[in-house]
Amino acid sequence: MQTSFILQAAEAINQAILSSESVLESLDREIGDGDHFINMKRGAATIVALREELAPLPADAALQKIGMKLLSTVGGASGVLMGSFFIAMAKTIKDNSGNDMTAIAAAFQSGVTSIQARGKAGVGEKTMLDVLIPVATTFVVQANAERNFLLQALKQEAERGVLATRDMIATKGRAASLGERAIGHIDPGAKSCQIIISAVCDLVRSET
Amino acid sequence: MKKFINNVDDVLVESLSGFASAHRDLIALHLDPHYLSRAQKAHNKVALISGGGSGHEPLHGGFVGHGMLDAACPGHVFTSPTPDQMLEAAQSVESGKGVLFIVKNYAGDVMNFEMAAEMLPFEHATVLTSDDVAVENSTYTTGRRGVAGTVIVEKVVGSLAETGADLVSCKALGDKVNSRTASMGVALTSCTVPAAGRPTFDISDHELEMGVGIHGEPGRRREAMREADAIVADLVAAILHDLKPTTHSEALLMINGFGGTPLMELYLLYNSAEILLKAHGLNITRSLVGNYTTSLDMAGASITLCLLDDEIRQHWDSPVHTPALRWKM
Repeated sequence: MQTSFILQAAEAINQAILSSESVLESLDREIGDGDHFINMKRGAATIVALREELAPLPADAALQKIGMKLLSTVGGASGVLMGSFFIAMAKTIKDNSGNDMTAIAAAFQSGVTSIQARGKAGVGEKTMLDVLIPVATTFVVQANAERNFLLQALKQEAERGVLATRDMIATKGRAASLGERAIGHIDPGAKSCQIIISAVCDLVRSET
Repeated sequence: MKKFINNVDDVLVESLSGFASAHRDLIALHLDPHYLSRAQKAHNKVALISGGGSGHEPLHGGFVGHGMLDAACPGHVFTSPTPDQMLEAAQSVESGKGVLFIVKNYAGDVMNFEMAAEMLPFEHATVLTSDDVAVENSTYTTGRRGVAGTVIVEKVVGSLAETGADLVSCKALGDKVNSRTASMGVALTSCTVPAAGRPTFDISDHELEMGVGIHGEPGRRREAMREADAIVADLVAAILHDLKPTTHSEALLMINGFGGTPLMELYLLYNSAEILLKAHGLNITRSLVGNYTTSLDMAGASITLCLLDDEIRQHWDSPVHTPALRWKM
């Protein structure tokens, strides 16, 4: 992974978050507390603003810095979870010498594992992990598949994961106090992960 | 949205600055990372640190001072603070007897305080508050939410810490108070997060949200608006169902406003709740009425009942001097 790609991805993610304001806000108003979009926007803007500091760094150091910055600026569960994701990803990239899709998939998988560990959650609890876990699994399994096939598969897994949260009762996160009242509503955290994954996949496709 | 704002991104820092200036005899404000500490550092005691999203004022900064907290870490509105805030605050106020975090039980707060605790170079422990009984089926959840009962935990443990008690004793008393405290709230209107610019939820003039959370998150159910005594009866029933006090139990009754309900109505609620609890055979010997754990501008209130024993009563009565709670000194 190249740092220049990380910077392009940050910009693409920032744009994708900004253009999803109404969908994220309305989902969060239904079963959350109305701060999710604001936090996501703050996180994305903070990383974009780091551009000049990140540019000269190797990829693992850039990811580490992104993780630490998210940890200290976003707040809430999303800040600490997303921060943990990038810090774990940085460590795996640093430990692995390879720079191919297999290495990137392994780094993504380790990021998702760190979110599971910190959040003590898994699939089926109406959280961002309903998107991230299946996407990570597909990524690892299909890492060497034809590029466009892989990108399509990742986007589809993310969409499937986000829709699956609609019929779940939340057992983790702020919607967990709602019990059955949360059924019928998509989880905002899962939705923003899907938006981010989709934006990065589109970026890779446009590059190749 | 009609609020006193200059620039929406400056609301938190301008408010914290005003708070610190208005209480400069008690409070010191530190920015980047943000935390509030006592103007005069206390020594030879367990350092009590709390924190959480902003928008619940006076919680937690208003309870920094003699007899309560040593420091408070404010996050963005309704968003937990970050680990660097807790680390800096701990490094500044720790005085050789360790650090006790008092944390309301929300995923974000728990994870951020947990991460800070892992990095702390001091002996430490955490009391998680979880007094909100609104969540009926706790098998679905990560546990109950911490709400206004947190103020009682901070007061009682703060008093014990002031005597030089060790970390283990402070943690044990905090857990005991939490286990003997139950709360439930009701909203008549939504709150409006300044950065969002519009109400968090829609509710008509004829409805109330029973069991609402302190961030405006939904509660047990949406119900028809009705007279105060009937609302109080439902809240008290849920609390008593949870605490199951024996007849003649001694208790502290707290009526907490969410920010948009006048004191006149809060005292009306107190009157109604006290009459009802006495009829249930409880002995209400201590009270607290006011806006202590708010939800910005939400109209509504919560009822908190804390079952007292000699130890809890003694530490509730002891001197306290903070911006939001002060007696006997």
